[in-house]
Amino acid sequence: MNKITYGLILGGILGIFDGLTAWFTPEARPQLMGIVLGSTFKGLLAGVLIGVFARKVHSLALGVLFGLCVGLLFAFFIAHMQGKYYLEIMLPGGLVGLIVGYATQKYGDSSDAAPSRT
Amino acid sequence: MNWLSDEAIARLRTAGAEPALAGTRYRLIERIASGGMGSVYLAEDATLGRRVAIKILDVPDSSGELAARLQREAHILASLEHPGIVPVHGAGTLADGRVFYAMKFVEGERLDRFSERASTLPGRLRIFQRICDTVAFAHTRGVLHRDLKPENIMTGPFGEVLVMDWGVAKILPAKQISTPAGMPHDQVRNHPGTLAMDSSRTAPKTAHGAVLGTPGYMAPEQARGDVEHLDERADIYSLGAILQFLVVPSARGTQTTPRALIAIARKAMDANPAARYASASELGQDIARYLDGLPVLAYPENVFQRIARWAARYRMAIVLVLTYLVVRALLIFWFRR
Repeated sequence: MNKITYGLILGGILGIFDGLTAWFTPEARPQLMGIVLGSTFKGLLAGVLIGVFARKVHSLALGVLFGLCVGLLFAFFIAHMQGKYYLEIMLPGGLVGLIVGYATQKYGDSSDAAPSRT
Repeated sequence: MNWLSDEAIARLRTAGAEPALAGTRYRLIERIASGGMGSVYLAEDATLGRRVAIKILDVPDSSGELAARLQREAHILASLEHPGIVPVHGAGTLADGRVFYAMKFVEGERLDRFSERASTLPGRLRIFQRICDTVAFAHTRGVLHRDLKPENIMTGPFGEVLVMDWGVAKILPAKQISTPAGMPHDQVRNHPGTLAMDSSRTAPKTAHGAVLGTPGYMAPEQARGDVEHLDERADIYSLGAILQFLVVPSARGTQTTPRALIAIARKAMDANPAARYASASELGQDIARYLDGLPVLAYPENVFQRIARWAARYRMAIVLVLTYLVVRALLIFWFRR
């Protein structure tokens, strides 16, 4: 599986999972569907960006760092829209980005990748 | 009364034993190795201005058998054009009747010495894979090495791995030549480099019952002198012995050897040739599977071993996901307080 598709699928799956964890917060349950949809979209978008980066730059360390930054940035936007829960949203969001960044570099197929720039 | 010192006499004796390369384009520098058939010298190619290694018979061969064997070795090497086989630059006969051939001078270390300080287990296994590739190539050209051992493998400073000393190689009958995956048998047999097609180069043959090889690295059928029925599986036995040398703790320090690797070496060294790997490529592929964290043919795993291998393969990913789950759980707990 190429790196972009890998990032897309993994980002989407982790996004769904990340959104579903809102169920454990009673006051967030009424908006669960919206949270899951938003989180999934965020995961898909971050996954594609991380996948494109992994395709261009063949470096595990840079891939992980980029994933972390993208995850934190997207999570910050979400938290900022709510105006609260920065830590609760950004910490797991950053970790999801980090996981996607690691996995795309490590396990994504680089056969169709651009020349290495490391 | 001595007119010359002992040292001078010894030097004269050495000089007298050295081959005279007059009439060739090579200039002798020093002897670098000696074998059963001849010696290998470092020389300079005066025409091209580069250093070469020259293998020369120790004495003029009156019977012609050793000369024929050395010429045959040169023919075999010349026909095996592969990065893992030292290229031959030329061959001929010296003024005193000694046969020689010149080849690339390989600067490096023998595998047995290199492995004493060699890196990691994966590093040694990658070298072993290269040996398997080279031997597999020779087999597809109809050549059996018959004396594979760490002393006959050279490792270069830039990652080169060269299989040396093809002096006792056997030319396989055409019907025994292995075919690489996807290549028709006829195509292999008709390849210009396939030696089995050219019977003039197969002489001299090793007599049935003659034992050639090195104990410990020699297949049982080879040790019995069953020359007529030897096939590539004899080399696969030797490869298994080399693998064992590279990975077994007694020879390689204190680390324990993974069971899968022991199983691969045992399968390659099975007393029954039919139970060994069918080809050197298949053996190399099993090593590749091990390096990739995949199951190997030689070692059927139970469920727990499969899980352990999977966990080891995806260790970092598992750690990251667990970290995420722990952070999530802590946040939920903290948020509920």
